[in-house]
Amino acid sequence: MTPPEGPREVSGGAPAAPELAAAQGATRRFGELLAVDGVDLAVAAGEVVGLIGANGSGKTTLIRMLLGLLDPTAGRVRLFGEPPSRQTRARLGYVPQSLGLYDDLTVAENMAFSAAAYGSQQAVLEGELAGARDVLVRELPLGLRRRAAFAIALGHHPDLLVLDEPTSGVDPLQRARLWETIRATAEHGAGVLVTTHHLGEAEQCDRLVVLAAGRVVAAGSLPEIVGDTTAAEVRTPIWEAAFTALDLARLPVSLVGRTLRVPGNDAAAVARVLADAGIPAEVGSVPASFEETFVVLAGEPRAD
Amino acid sequence: MSPEGTSWGCRRLGVRYGATVALEEVSFEVAAGTVAAVVGGDGAGKTSLLRALAGTVRPAAGTVRRPDERRLGYVSAGPGIWTDLTVDENLSFSGRAYGLSAGELDRRVGGLLERTGLAGARDRLAGRLSGGMRQKLALAMAVAHEPDLLILDEPTTGVDPVSRAELWRLLAASAAGGAAVVVATTYLDEAERAATVLVLDRGRSLLAGTPDEVVAATPGLVVDAATRPDGIPSWRRGARWRAWSPDGSTPPGTGLATLDLEDAVIVAQLREDQRWAA
Repeated sequence: MTPPEGPREVSGGAPAAPELAAAQGATRRFGELLAVDGVDLAVAAGEVVGLIGANGSGKTTLIRMLLGLLDPTAGRVRLFGEPPSRQTRARLGYVPQSLGLYDDLTVAENMAFSAAAYGSQQAVLEGELAGARDVLVRELPLGLRRRAAFAIALGHHPDLLVLDEPTSGVDPLQRARLWETIRATAEHGAGVLVTTHHLGEAEQCDRLVVLAAGRVVAAGSLPEIVGDTTAAEVRTPIWEAAFTALDLARLPVSLVGRTLRVPGNDAAAVARVLADAGIPAEVGSVPASFEETFVVLAGEPRAD
Repeated sequence: MSPEGTSWGCRRLGVRYGATVALEEVSFEVAAGTVAAVVGGDGAGKTSLLRALAGTVRPAAGTVRRPDERRLGYVSAGPGIWTDLTVDENLSFSGRAYGLSAGELDRRVGGLLERTGLAGARDRLAGRLSGGMRQKLALAMAVAHEPDLLILDEPTTGVDPVSRAELWRLLAASAAGGAAVVVATTYLDEAERAATVLVLDRGRSLLAGTPDEVVAATPGLVVDAATRPDGIPSWRRGARWRAWSPDGSTPPGTGLATLDLEDAVIVAQLREDQRWAA
């Protein structure tokens, strides 16, 4: 399966709201390795932008450049219209995947520490978090730990919020509550840049930027990115044999209940493999999910 | 391969650690040749259930039905690999522990390395693999002896979407080969692919059935709205809102939502929260 040659087109034009973070042709080389290769990305006030990519796609390097922790080797990066600096850093909230909290301090102590560092007022703890203010962070369940990290990152009212895998490991209700905070932050005028491995969360973002091998391979809203990508859907009384045949043919087959799906626009190839193996099956073409589209875009390497 | 119609699982299972109740009255079944998903957040009891199925924790109550330990494959959360052994060494070490002969080991390891994309990394120390590759190695180690029951504890947490698709293909391949596969996950889009789903919350069974059955059993009505509806529990779905109308009425400004497993689990958790608050 070959990935498309250029990036799938972005919804055109510059965003009307002020641009908070921007990468223009941002490139970062580490010796021989081109980690980020000419990436364009913008986050405007009031929007949630999802940055999606496999490991090694350049996501972390791009974020480090946006945070001002790493200089681009070519192209440029702007935060609030200027090169990232100590001043721009103060207008930014960042929650790393590891949360960046002190485990052996209480929630309130973590918050006081952060407020002192930013010279800002302490955030107000609401709901369940208020009841946990004097609990050591390491004794909190993961969901509350994540909410505490959010509250602390939002304490200095940042204009831009950068979140790395914000909902990893929590249950659906806690995930929905975290997204409520993220969406509310954007509705109050901040811009949000979020990375996630959980492609089901892509629908929570206003726009998505998909990275593969250091380049942008698709950008736009979820429906724009999925576009007319399809998957072959296979219905057969013997899914086990059909699965094995398609897997042996190195097609990226997946099992959904007792139905098989193969992302990509080649239902004919799927039908042929099954016919050659003498397996009775109905093969149809259905709209692809975002995850299936991602697999096609990322040019999924099959073990060969 | 296990005979057709075999199933494994537990009935009214209770697990305690000292005074802490980790699981209570949980029943679960997984048939040969199918994938069952166990869903829940941190502290829901997923790991306790999987440990009890694997026989690494003794139930305080109830019964567990599992194959002989040599016919079982178990991947714990945080992959049980030896970081200072190479990929090859990991596979042969665990293969021998499951009683595979040198010949069987050779035959299966080659194929598995190829299927997992680890063939180019045979001599690399496992500690130097990426997260996704470690998980694939752990899975390869658990399936090399072709177990009847394969138990995987959050194999895809923190794993990127490309490796995740590969992991799911590998576990589906085990099911296609006749194994009963149990996989714990926090991702409902993954659970939606399984033949059956068990949703755990605070150590209890919240929902169980096929994904379609679980969605269809949602009481009341789930509605969709552009702004947060008043007076009923609501949650975000992207730029829009979903809300649960317990009495089945459609509040002003809302329309009927197309329900998925995510909504069904959120409604069940909201009801459970109400029950605990009462």
